[in-house]
Amino acid sequence: MRIGVITFPGSLDDRDAARAVRLAGAEPVGLWHGDRGLRGVDAVILPGGFSYGDYLRCGAIARFAPVMADLVPAARAGLPVLGICNGFQILCEAHLLPGALTRNAGLKFITRDVPLRVENAGTAWTRAYSGGEQIVVPLKSGEGAYAADAGTLADLEASGQVVIRYAGDNPNGSADAIAGVCNAEGTVVGLMPHPEHAVDPLTGPSADGLGFFASVLARVAA
Amino acid sequence: MTVTDTVARAAATAGLPQPFAELGLTADEYEKIVATLGRRPTGAELALYSVMWSEHCSYKSSKVHLRQFAATAPPSAALLAGIGHNAGVVDIGQDYAVTFKIESHNHPSYVEPHQGAATGVGGIVRDILAMGARPVAVMDALRFGPADAPDTGRVLPGVVGGISFYGNCLGLPNIGGELDFDPSYAGNPLVNALCVGVMRHGDLQVAEASGPGSKVILFGSTTGPDGVGGASVLASATFGDAASGGTESAKRPSVQVGDPFLEKLLVECCLELFAGGLVTGIQDLGAAGVACATTELAAAGSGGMLVRLDEVPLRDATLGPPEILMSESQERMMAVVEPGRVAEFLAVCAKWDVRAAVIGEVTDAGRLVMTWRGETVVDIPPASAADGPVYHRPLARPASQDALAAGDPAMLPRPADGAGLRADLLALLGSPGLADKSWVTDQYDRYVRGDTVLAMPDDAGLLRVDEATGLGIALATDGNGRYCRLDPYLGTQLALSEAYRNVAATGARPLAVTNCLNFGSPEDPAVMWQFAEAARGLADGCAALGVPVTGGNVSFYNQTGTAAIHPTPVVGVLGVHDDVRRRVGIGFRDVPADLVLLGRTGPEFGGSAWAHVCHGHLGGRPPAPDLDAERQLAALLAAAIADGLLAAAHDLSDGGLAVALAESCLRGGTGCTVRLPEDPFTTLFSESAARAVVAVRPGSETAFGQLAEAHGVPAAGIGSTGGDSLTVDGCFAIPLAELAAVHTRTLPALFGPVLPGPVVPD
Repeated sequence: MRIGVITFPGSLDDRDAARAVRLAGAEPVGLWHGDRGLRGVDAVILPGGFSYGDYLRCGAIARFAPVMADLVPAARAGLPVLGICNGFQILCEAHLLPGALTRNAGLKFITRDVPLRVENAGTAWTRAYSGGEQIVVPLKSGEGAYAADAGTLADLEASGQVVIRYAGDNPNGSADAIAGVCNAEGTVVGLMPHPEHAVDPLTGPSADGLGFFASVLARVAA
Repeated sequence: MTVTDTVARAAATAGLPQPFAELGLTADEYEKIVATLGRRPTGAELALYSVMWSEHCSYKSSKVHLRQFAATAPPSAALLAGIGHNAGVVDIGQDYAVTFKIESHNHPSYVEPHQGAATGVGGIVRDILAMGARPVAVMDALRFGPADAPDTGRVLPGVVGGISFYGNCLGLPNIGGELDFDPSYAGNPLVNALCVGVMRHGDLQVAEASGPGSKVILFGSTTGPDGVGGASVLASATFGDAASGGTESAKRPSVQVGDPFLEKLLVECCLELFAGGLVTGIQDLGAAGVACATTELAAAGSGGMLVRLDEVPLRDATLGPPEILMSESQERMMAVVEPGRVAEFLAVCAKWDVRAAVIGEVTDAGRLVMTWRGETVVDIPPASAADGPVYHRPLARPASQDALAAGDPAMLPRPADGAGLRADLLALLGSPGLADKSWVTDQYDRYVRGDTVLAMPDDAGLLRVDEATGLGIALATDGNGRYCRLDPYLGTQLALSEAYRNVAATGARPLAVTNCLNFGSPEDPAVMWQFAEAARGLADGCAALGVPVTGGNVSFYNQTGTAAIHPTPVVGVLGVHDDVRRRVGIGFRDVPADLVLLGRTGPEFGGSAWAHVCHGHLGGRPPAPDLDAERQLAALLAAAIADGLLAAAHDLSDGGLAVALAESCLRGGTGCTVRLPEDPFTTLFSESAARAVVAVRPGSETAFGQLAEAHGVPAAGIGSTGGDSLTVDGCFAIPLAELAAVHTRTLPALFGPVLPGPVVPD
């Protein structure tokens, strides 16, 4: 099982995502933003970080990277793709996911361990969880407030595309406390919290995040 | 069109007046330059000497005192590179080496808090990178004026935001540090940034230009007018001068602007260059920019360098040689590369979108020569600029020390009963210096890179270095301006002791020391006395503890008008942890465990948090350091944690046992009940050194008792963990919810809520 992890200029959690893939039992494959082709991987992760410094709108430059020209059609054809934090922002900018991420309501970068509720345990990246399950995963972002128009939010709720939701305080002012969404097919998932930082209680608040990576293994194996 | 001040012109115009005083040079220093060169310096040379001989770059006032660190350093097989390099390098075993250093960015952080603090992080990261290491974490030791002063409301959020902006975007976890407040830092905050890096032994890089014909490459950001004169004007003058519009600061921004994204690219680019063996010498550009990098590389190498300043990529085409030499534009490095490897070097830079330019070559002429538009504008012996003057500044113990020492805190009224003790503990816990620091630390990423095992509010930051073996490193910084004001010699040893103890409390063995010495003006004999005492205290302390100083930084002129800050040496200690999986934190967990107080407690309240917070008092003698006891305590903690005997350990420092117990209860979400001997006030609030409180893993009580005895550490059972309150039998009980409320509300009340107001669901 080979899972690609893309490194953009300014990607920071690529090493952590690769470690999570390895701990879940798959082989991480590094993908370089400037290269074409996906090296035959079975799934792709866009890791957290500050691609291009986030000096422009977060993810707005990275979506034009050469590797994205191959990723976007592959994702539309069903390749499982997970975007974490900056990766989520890039997926929104690439229109693989609906909505956008805006400045935190408190206007500050925040790092904290947040309780989350898994709302949809049927996606490619969440099937190792059960619906309604509560997990604790770190959140660390300055532009993590999920935003979409009222119609889109209603559609997301109706179609089960809200994947995870903040279960405690809404830490950043996200609409409907949404922490993660998926595409209609449930193959492309974007999360603001960082499951790759919750794969070992030694270095994270829990090992609750491992399920995201285990989920895609089960799916790819099936 | 201005005339270029060439070497030929300088030789022909001997008596031309030059603005040496405006550049921070004394008449004596100017005469020394003239004598060295045998003519007046050119404008470019004058700029170069002025920044190289600034206090910030030359250590001219501190050097004679710093020498004792190396002279009295204990022999340490662990030291791979010591003082004098960009940062010291320590062997931690398994072929890994660690390099770490702390540096000040105090003055820029007052002028422009956000960028000042941000570029402080960037600068220390490049120091670590230049040693050949991958930077893996940062820490920050911060001190501000009174927490409720309006200006602190400007400076603190800016500083924290700047560290957050730069460190988070760069991808380095922030694993700890300090935050304190005192009126002496009003108008002169302390922003000390520490970085630590990890490498393999063979990866060590050198800062020297050897091999005539090798190319000198400047890479990273372009060079602009930002920070011109920063080192000479800002860092060597008091704010009274700079803020009121010295000519330099009126013309140009003295504080640099940081680009953490470029720094991230520069880090990855450099590591790939090192791995490819493409670099024979490397130097970061910090204070004094190109002037410093070229002179230091040339002075340490085979003796000469030719630089064509026209080749320096500029972001402002109007800059001339003096500005190019002095610019402190950030995110730049300088490498020495064999001619045959230049193409490969440039290819790696191109991969990372890092601009690079060949600006000169190494020569064997023994001179640092620079040209501009085909004419020579610099021609100097590089060592003359790199070595700088050395001053034996007059020092005198100020008479005010006696009055301070006479103000014995034994005279202060003590709480009369349990209710009084309870009130004092809550006052301490809610005081800005001891309150919960999440408002600050939540703005930093502590998770990135996935190796952070412990971070604030634990005693030390703890990082995993090797996933397979569990090898790791622990780091703590400590300083106490109140102790040092009372006695700089003892106060500095107490700072060292506390950092050493904090590292030991995780189970790590302390190995090496870095320091950032923050003081007022060296031209004030009273300040110079404080500095000399502090340096002597640190040297003696390190010798006694068996840990060498591997490097550090001196920051003088921390004063407003004639009022100096409290002398504030900040000491960083690095330890090695054999297996981070066996670490303990400070938190009490919900398994009932015996609590043991380690060390001796006496009535020591001079400079204590209790005297400061409850009485606004500073006087008497600071607690007595006991370095032998520190060694024994650290050895006991390392052994007990390696054997798995402990569930929690917390060092005792500011606020004594009372504050330590409260912090451990809150960290783990579990209360405790303690029974104290005769004098609960002293036991709760004394700040005697060489103490810790530990929770013993159930079933290990006997083994731990024997181990403590074998190490000669006094151990007193004082109670046990459990419940949901902090209870002192016969005195008071405080529910954890009340403790938490008092502890956490202070900083948000002062600096604004982190979370938005309640989000009303529709």
